[in-house]
Amino acid sequence: MRRSSSLNWGDLLFRRVTLGFALAVVGIVLVLAGSLVWNSRLAMKEFGWAFLWGRTWDPVAVKFGALPFIYGTLVTSAVGLLIAVPLGIGTAIFLAELASPRISEFLSFLVELLAAIPSVIYGLIGVFVVVPWVRTVVSPSVSAVLGWFPLFEGTPYGVGLFTAGLILAAMIVPFITVVSREVLLTVPRSQREAALAVGATHWESVWTVLLPYARSGIIGSIFLALARALGETMAVTMVIGNVPEISASLFKPGYTMAAVLANEFTEATYDLYIHTLIEIGLVLFAVTFIVNGIARLMLSRMEHPA
Amino acid sequence: MSGRGIPYSTVRRCFNAAAFTLTGVFAAVTVSTLFFILGFITWHGISAVNVDFFIHLPKPVGEPGGGMANAIVGTGKLLLLASAIGVPIGFFAGVYLSEFGHNKLGFWVRYAADLLNGVPSIVMGIFAYTLIVLPMKQFSTFAGGVALGIMMIPIAVRSTEEFLKLVPNSVREAAYALGVHEWKTIVFVVIPAAIRGLLTGILLDIARVAGETAPLLFTAFNNRVWSHGWMEPTSSLPVMIFTYAIAPYDDWHRQAWAGALVLMFLLLLVNGGTRLLLPRRRVVT
Repeated sequence: MRRSSSLNWGDLLFRRVTLGFALAVVGIVLVLAGSLVWNSRLAMKEFGWAFLWGRTWDPVAVKFGALPFIYGTLVTSAVGLLIAVPLGIGTAIFLAELASPRISEFLSFLVELLAAIPSVIYGLIGVFVVVPWVRTVVSPSVSAVLGWFPLFEGTPYGVGLFTAGLILAAMIVPFITVVSREVLLTVPRSQREAALAVGATHWESVWTVLLPYARSGIIGSIFLALARALGETMAVTMVIGNVPEISASLFKPGYTMAAVLANEFTEATYDLYIHTLIEIGLVLFAVTFIVNGIARLMLSRMEHPA
Repeated sequence: MSGRGIPYSTVRRCFNAAAFTLTGVFAAVTVSTLFFILGFITWHGISAVNVDFFIHLPKPVGEPGGGMANAIVGTGKLLLLASAIGVPIGFFAGVYLSEFGHNKLGFWVRYAADLLNGVPSIVMGIFAYTLIVLPMKQFSTFAGGVALGIMMIPIAVRSTEEFLKLVPNSVREAAYALGVHEWKTIVFVVIPAAIRGLLTGILLDIARVAGETAPLLFTAFNNRVWSHGWMEPTSSLPVMIFTYAIAPYDDWHRQAWAGALVLMFLLLLVNGGTRLLLPRRRVVT
């Protein structure tokens, strides 16, 4: 980059143009946030904060509470993380520690391809493969053993919170695997060697040295995955059952914030209804903003250790 | 690193072996998910794809046959418009970041791009709805293209910046030393040096939004006949897959699988192809 004094008009113009486009990116984000707030004003004025813990969703009676959707979003994301975190970190350890560099590269490319599969295709597999499987195999066998426990009781529908969480797990596992693997690969050789030199087994060196060293990076990858799970729409919409109720059982149908937007937005017949849906979008935007922010913070701490 | 010859206790040795075996099993599960998905799509899709699928309009409910020709063209038009919006903004913003962005403003532009990248796709749909569908009072290809175009910006910004930064500074300095103007250096020296990476980044960016469904649901909407021009609602492959998958007709399910196979084939082609062109490129961002 040159000092401004040596620039002619062509250079200045070029700088202005690129600057303009750069500012446009910032502008789009501001307009996005502003338009969500502006277009949900009727709902905010009508319901206030109580919207977030209202339990009734009845557009016909003009009663709107977002709690069933918030609950569904949180539970499905939690199920997804519960499955994807061990799977992703385990895979990352295998790729970083055991697999030879070439195999590791190739396998992580395959894992990345999982992230390139469109959400609607996950949904398609969900509807025709996973839902029947959960209905006929998973749900009955789990209920037979643990059916007395509220979390697992109920008629096996196939669709529901558990199925949605299972599909979310497959969708977010690439984020945890790929980022954690890269983080593990950046741990200095001296760290491993020090652990092995004092007599640790290979696994003990991973567990007591590598993972703690890479901790903030791995946590960052988990938050990155969580943000994806919270905002995931199509696959969840197709398998969750779309019932705005709060049920303790994971095998019962539910609803998420993203799913209600996908289903009801084009059916919203009056302004307050639309504003209410947009407010749900605003909540989703704010939550993913915070979760992504935490992820970036953790990952940047890994890049510039204190 | 296996520690052969060191007299570990049997318990520790067994634990070591067991723990690593478990990571191997996890890796096998993760990777086989991909083959499981691709296998099902191929198995269900291959028998449903035929020439009709590519050249015919959807038939009314109850009549078997028909295809998704309008959805394929619709997806093409949407991607064209999305690229026309997303690529220039993302590209020039990326040039700014790489060449002039070592300042406070650069930080904010990167931050904004990251934020935009994290916005759930359905929220992007709402944004395009309030921006375009509301004022124009109709669903349109234009609105869908804008939604996808905005989604393309963050990846275009970051991949452009990344690949331009790979061009060594000595190349820029060599041009300056010959008295070449700054803008000519960037346009005729730096960008051509990075062109392969830049094109790959854009191609992957297009592939990423090609399968997006949620932002199109209430922008481009859907259409069972041809969509003319840019201001009519249009069908697209992902929305058709969604609509057909949740409908109660067997023939529609068959076509949803066919659509999934076609879409997946194109995406694999782009992702695999760019991987061969450029070995180190992350798809996950």
